[in-house]
Amino acid sequence: MWESFGFEFVNFYFVPGIVLGCIYALGAIGITLTFGILRFANFAHGEVMMTGAYVTWTIMALTGALFGWALHPLIAAIPSVFLMILVFFVVDRFFYKPFRKAPTIKVVMASFGMMLVIRSLVQILWGPNQITFVKGIAKPNSFIRELTGSMDMMILVPNKHFLIMGGTVVIVMLLGYLLTYTRIGKAMRAVSDSPDLALVTGIDVEVVIRATWIVGGACAVAAGVFLATDIQMLETTMGFRMLLPMFAAAILGGIGKPYGAVLGGLVIGLAEELSSYPWIGDAPLLSPGYKSGVAFSIMIVMLIVRPSGIFKGRTF
Amino acid sequence: MNTDNFTLELKNITAGYGESEILHGINLKVKPGEIVAIIGPNGAGKSTAIKAILGLLNITKGSVLLDGNDITDTPPDRVVTKGISYVPQTHNVFVNLSVQENLEMGAWTRTDGIPERLDEMFTLFPDLREKRRQAAGSLSGGQRQMVAMAKALMVDAKVLLLDEPTAGLSPKYRGEIFSTIQDINSSGVPILIVEQNAKQALGCANRGYVLVEGTNRYEGTGKELLDDREVARMFLGGGE
Repeated sequence: MWESFGFEFVNFYFVPGIVLGCIYALGAIGITLTFGILRFANFAHGEVMMTGAYVTWTIMALTGALFGWALHPLIAAIPSVFLMILVFFVVDRFFYKPFRKAPTIKVVMASFGMMLVIRSLVQILWGPNQITFVKGIAKPNSFIRELTGSMDMMILVPNKHFLIMGGTVVIVMLLGYLLTYTRIGKAMRAVSDSPDLALVTGIDVEVVIRATWIVGGACAVAAGVFLATDIQMLETTMGFRMLLPMFAAAILGGIGKPYGAVLGGLVIGLAEELSSYPWIGDAPLLSPGYKSGVAFSIMIVMLIVRPSGIFKGRTF
Repeated sequence: MNTDNFTLELKNITAGYGESEILHGINLKVKPGEIVAIIGPNGAGKSTAIKAILGLLNITKGSVLLDGNDITDTPPDRVVTKGISYVPQTHNVFVNLSVQENLEMGAWTRTDGIPERLDEMFTLFPDLREKRRQAAGSLSGGQRQMVAMAKALMVDAKVLLLDEPTAGLSPKYRGEIFSTIQDINSSGVPILIVEQNAKQALGCANRGYVLVEGTNRYEGTGKELLDDREVARMFLGGGE
């Protein structure tokens, strides 16, 4: 009894929850950095995730057509990262920078507009229909299956999930190194801490803003590619669907706190998946259709109970 | 042109926030090696004068000269590069950064000699050396003020601007801050200080300016102003 509980729970709820949490975490890092450093909620962030995944797929498809073998998504994601950072720079220069000194609501509205523009452009370029990102059934990792099988357990974790979890760990470690040990990383924390003081300290805030787009853009593309790897397809609404849980993750962790965003992402991802586990009786506790409601509820409760988030971030 | 060798000179500055004009033609000079104090009642425009130097507000008339060069309307981050270091009255440290990280940020515009300067600062402020890994936000008010001053001194400042460095501090720390200000000054850095605490400020200043309602009211050496009956009556708490 306990065993069947354990394996079903781990294989179909816990691991997928962590995987989803990793994707939210990577997206929420960019959101929380933008929030902390540029002081606005960037609604276009999800679209950058989505576009990054589309560009990655295109590079894979192109190499497949030209050479007969498609690049691995993680390799194809690298040029995609550069392209999306460029997109962030252009968007910032022409649509966000003019509002730098204006009331925040203007740049928030600008980002809302960019969200619609980017999604429409993707729909024009790639069409509105779903695209298969990776074909076939994701097989569980045979090594883990045999290893746990020999111990009378049945842990089934597909390789794609190892890729996502491992990739997230590496990215978060790189981010930690950047923010703790590099000059630009410390300056990012300084601007997030107090933009006014950063200005009179002589820190070049525009350089820090560019660094923010680079870090946020790279994490967003990673999140988009991981999401596409997980669901094995591309949709033009996939970024937008992630937006609410990512904001919830950023708020839960504390605005402007990248580690908070990571923790918040994991909590929201787990909460969403675990909410449909049959905790009582045989039926799912919550119908999976309500998953996004879980993130929303957590966000609202957090805003009421502790608006500064777990890591004591900024409150507005 | 009058190049009487001033480090910093404000010539007939008229400035304010948006529409409202706060300074109506201020004149002020800092000579090399001096400590100059600006005192005056609340709302006299003391802090505004400092913000005008930094390019934080609209200067409608007049000019700011640093070593004889016009720096009027230079954006704040460029002002630092030109050699003006500033310690704001409040929110003057990055609370989430460690003490050492704060100092490193202070050295942002510096390209070399950072470890040496860091060491000098820890010699000048020995308390900070022990607390270098602590978040600046976890320190007491007086220690934060030390961090803020050390942070401002990480560059080779031509002049240091201090906005009410002792506001809200206990008398013990106030004395310590003023003696540190004199130490910094004796190492050759001219200092312009805005203070509520007029007596102590004039006590350690070479010269002082009294601002009232955005205009110069009195000026003189620290001692002259301290001895002036009118100044004493208005700002030094009753006078004799």
